[in-house]
Amino acid sequence: MNPLLEMREITKSFPGVRALDGVSFDLNKGEIHALVGENGAGKSTLIKILAGVYPYPEYGGGIFLDGSEHRFANVRDSEKARIAVIYQELSLVKDMSVAENIFLGREPRRFGVINSERLYSGAQKLLDDLHLAIDPLTPTRNLGIGQQQLVEIAKALSQDARIVVLDEPTAALTDSEVETLFVILNKLRARDVAMIYISHKLDEVFRLSDRVTVLRDGRTISTNATRDLDEAQVIAKMVGREVGQIFPESTHQRGEVVFEARNVTVEDPAVPGKLLVDRVGFTARKAEVLGIAGLMGSGRSELLMAIFGAHAGRKSAEILVDRKTVQINQPADAIKHGIGFVTEDRKRYGLILDQTILKNMTLAGLRKLSGRFVTNDDAEAVAGERSARDLHIKANSVFTIAGTLSGGNQQKVVLAKWLLTKPRVLFLDEPTRGIDVGAKQEIYAQINRLAESGLAIVLVSSELPEVLGLSDRIIVLHEGRITGEFTRSEATPEAVMSCATGHARRAA
Amino acid sequence: MRDGSRPTRRLVRTLMSEPKIKGRFKLRTSALRAYTMLLALIVIWLFFQWATIDQHHPYGLFLGAVNFSKLLQQMAVTGVLAVGMLMVIVCGNIDLSVGAVVGLAGGIAAMTQGWGVAPSLGAAIVVGLLIGAIQGTLVAYVNIPAFIVTLGGLEAWRGVILKLTKGATIPVEHPFFRSLGRDFIDPRIGFGLAIVAVASIAWINLRRNRARQRHGLKVLTVGAIAARILVPSVVIVAFIFLMNKAGGVPIPVIFLLAVALAGAFLTANTTFGRYLYAIGGNPDAARLSGINLRRYILAAFCLMGALAGLASILHTARVGSASPDAGNLMELDAIASCVIGGTSLMGGRGTVFGAVLGALILASLDNGMSLLNVESWAQYVVKGGVLVAAVGFDMFGRRKT
Repeated sequence: MNPLLEMREITKSFPGVRALDGVSFDLNKGEIHALVGENGAGKSTLIKILAGVYPYPEYGGGIFLDGSEHRFANVRDSEKARIAVIYQELSLVKDMSVAENIFLGREPRRFGVINSERLYSGAQKLLDDLHLAIDPLTPTRNLGIGQQQLVEIAKALSQDARIVVLDEPTAALTDSEVETLFVILNKLRARDVAMIYISHKLDEVFRLSDRVTVLRDGRTISTNATRDLDEAQVIAKMVGREVGQIFPESTHQRGEVVFEARNVTVEDPAVPGKLLVDRVGFTARKAEVLGIAGLMGSGRSELLMAIFGAHAGRKSAEILVDRKTVQINQPADAIKHGIGFVTEDRKRYGLILDQTILKNMTLAGLRKLSGRFVTNDDAEAVAGERSARDLHIKANSVFTIAGTLSGGNQQKVVLAKWLLTKPRVLFLDEPTRGIDVGAKQEIYAQINRLAESGLAIVLVSSELPEVLGLSDRIIVLHEGRITGEFTRSEATPEAVMSCATGHARRAA
Repeated sequence: MRDGSRPTRRLVRTLMSEPKIKGRFKLRTSALRAYTMLLALIVIWLFFQWATIDQHHPYGLFLGAVNFSKLLQQMAVTGVLAVGMLMVIVCGNIDLSVGAVVGLAGGIAAMTQGWGVAPSLGAAIVVGLLIGAIQGTLVAYVNIPAFIVTLGGLEAWRGVILKLTKGATIPVEHPFFRSLGRDFIDPRIGFGLAIVAVASIAWINLRRNRARQRHGLKVLTVGAIAARILVPSVVIVAFIFLMNKAGGVPIPVIFLLAVALAGAFLTANTTFGRYLYAIGGNPDAARLSGINLRRYILAAFCLMGALAGLASILHTARVGSASPDAGNLMELDAIASCVIGGTSLMGGRGTVFGAVLGALILASLDNGMSLLNVESWAQYVVKGGVLVAAVGFDMFGRRKT
C-alpha cells in the first residue's frame, strides 16, 4: 500500500545555497511523524514546498499523494489537496471573530451574502468536536496564543485536512496549553489524520510521535520508529557533522573581565508575566569569544537585546563595564559604554538597504567619525574605505547600495558599522545566518582576528558547530535559563545539545 | 544627487583599485532621477516658450525676464513649504496641516501689526514653530500617526483662524511687511550676492581639495576644479542678470534660495540630515544604531512649522492681506512638489534639490497654462496627471533595475 504522502528526492536551491539535497520523506494515515534537525537543516524549506509556497518547478523531485504525483502551483493547490500547514507565526486575522477566521475565504454564502447563522453554527460544531471551550463570536485578539493555535487547528479541520503540518506548535504555549494540544493531536490521530510535527523539544517528539526523521544540511539522515530511538541517538544524528577546518586556529590569550551582566530577566512584551530570559548572567573577557548556544526560542537574542537597551517589554538587569555599574536605557547608552551589537536579521535590524555601503557603515559611529553636527564626507570615506579593505567587502565601491550586495557582504557591512564605533565588547547574533560557506569562513577569521586584537566577543548562534569551533567558553540557554557551561575543551556537540534541549544540566 | 556628496563619490571611485564599467553605469542610474526631472522641466519650459510666440514676442513670452520673475515669485511659498515637507517625509511622516498653519500664522502676523513689524513677523514664525512642536510631540512621543495628527491639525487650526479673525480679511498696512512679498532687491545688491556666491563656491572647492590632500586622497586636476567653480558661477551670474532686467531678484525668491540652501546643507551635510534618512529608511536599524528617533522626528516637525510660519509671511505680504481661507490646499502642493521631485512617501528617499525642482515644475505648469488661457478645469487635470505620471515613471524605472 502506498503511503498517504511521499516526497521523493526533493531538491531546492537558493542563490548560493543548496537548501535541500535529495530529501525523501513519507507519511502514513493516522501517524504523527516528527521532523527534527538543527536550524538551517531544511525543515522549513521542505514544508514550504509541500505547502505550495515554493511552487513546482522551483524544486526538484516529486510529491505523491496516494501514489499519484501532485504539482502545486500555489498555496491554494496544496490546500485543495487537503494539506493544512500551521506556521509558527499564526495567520489569523486578529480583528475578526473566531468563526470568521475559521471560514475565512470559504464563508457559507447565499447569493453572495454571508450566511452568518451557518457561519457561527458551523464554527461551534467544529470547536465542540475538539472539546474546545471557545465562543466562536470571540474576537481572535482576545485569545491567548495557545488558544489561537487551537483555532488554527480547527480551521485546518474545517478544510477537511487529511495532512496537518505543525511547525514548532508549542514554542509559545504554557504547559497546560501544551497538554490540551497533545490531547487534541492524539484525537486527530485516532481519526486517521496524518501529521508532520516539527519541534526542537525532543521530549515532546518522544511523547507524541510514531516515527522520527532527522534532517541535516539539507539531507535526510535517518527515518526510524520513535520507539527504536532514544534522545541521545537523535541528538547525535542532528549534530553528527565533522567540525572541519573551516574554523581558524584560536591563538588569543584571554585577558581581564571587561563586561558583566547579572540577573538579566526579560518579559515577553506580548504575554505579560511570561519570562523569555530568567535571571541569566555572564561575563566577557578581553580577547575571548564567549559562545551562547541554545535553540530557537531559548531567549538568546532577547538576552542581548535587553542588555543593549533595545527590548520593547519589561526587563531588569545589572550591567557592569570595567567592573563599574552602568545604566543602559537605550542603544545610545550601550554604544557610549563601548558595546557593539551585530544584530540578527541584517535586512530588518542591521541595514538601511536603500543607502550606500558607506552610509550604513558610518551610521552608528557617525558623530565620532564625521563630526558632531556637520559631517565630513572625506573623513567618512577614508574610514569606510579602510574598513571595506580590512573586511574584504566585495563591491564596486563604498558607494554601492547596500541592498544590492550578497548576504555575506551585507553581513560584513554590519560588522564594519559596529567596529567603527570602536567597541570593547561586541555582541554577534547569528552572524552567519543565510550566507554561503566561503563568506562564513571569512567571518570566522574576522571574529578570531578581533578577539586577538583584544575585543571581548559574545557570539550567539543556533549553528552548534559554529559555537563549538569559535568559542573559548560556552554557556547554553534553554527556555530562558542557563542549563550548561563549558570550556572549549569540555564542549562536545552531544553534551551541548543535551543542555540546549533541556535534557541535561551542567555547571562549569 | 541622492546624497549630495557626489564629489566624494567620484573621488573615491577613482581611488578604488579597479574602476569597472558596471560601477560607472550604476552611478548614472542612481542620479538618473535628478536628470530626468531637469529634462522634464526643460521640455516644459521650451514648450511654453514655443507656445507663447506671437507678434509682440517673436521668441516667446514665457522665459522672458518679467514672466520668469513672476513665475519664481509664485513658486516661493510652495518652495519654502516643500523644503520643510521634504524633511518630514524623509523621516517617514507627513504634514497635512501646513496650509492651515500658513493661514493661521499669516492671520496672526496681520492682526499683530500694531506691535511693530518685527514682533508681528516673529509671532508668525513662533506660532508655526509651536504648532510644529505640538504636532511633532503627538507623533513622536504619543505615537499617534502623523497622518491623523496633522489631518486633525488641518481642521483645528483653520477653526482657530475663523475664531481669531471672526471671518474677516485683514489688510497688510505696514509697507516693510508688504515689501517682503512684492519688492525686489536692488540690482547692485543682486550682483553683490552673485559675487559672494561665486567666491564661496570657489573657496569651498579649493578648501575641499586641500582637505583631500590632508586625508591622503587623490587631488583633482586643475581643469576639474575650474569646471566645478565655473559652471555654477555662470548659472548664478546669468540668473542675476536675467532677474535684474526685470527690476532685481524678488525678495521672496531670496528667501526661497536661502531656505533651500540651508535645507540642502542640513539634509546632506549634517548628522541631523543623515539620521532623518536613516529613520525613514529603516527605523529598526536606526534605533539599534543608537539614534534617538523621537528627538529627530520632533525636530523635523518643528522645522516644518517654522518654515510654514515664514511661508505665511511671504504669502500674506504678496497677497496684501490675510484672509481666513489663506493657504488652503497648500499642503497638497508642497507634498506634490516633493513627490514629483523623487521623494518616497514611505520615507528614506528624496532631496531638497528635487523638492524645489518639483515646486518649480508645478509653478511652471501653473504659470504657462495661465499664459495660454487654459481653462481652469484643464489646469487641474494636467497637474494631477503630471503628479501621477512622475511617480508612475519612477516606479517603472525602479522595477526594471
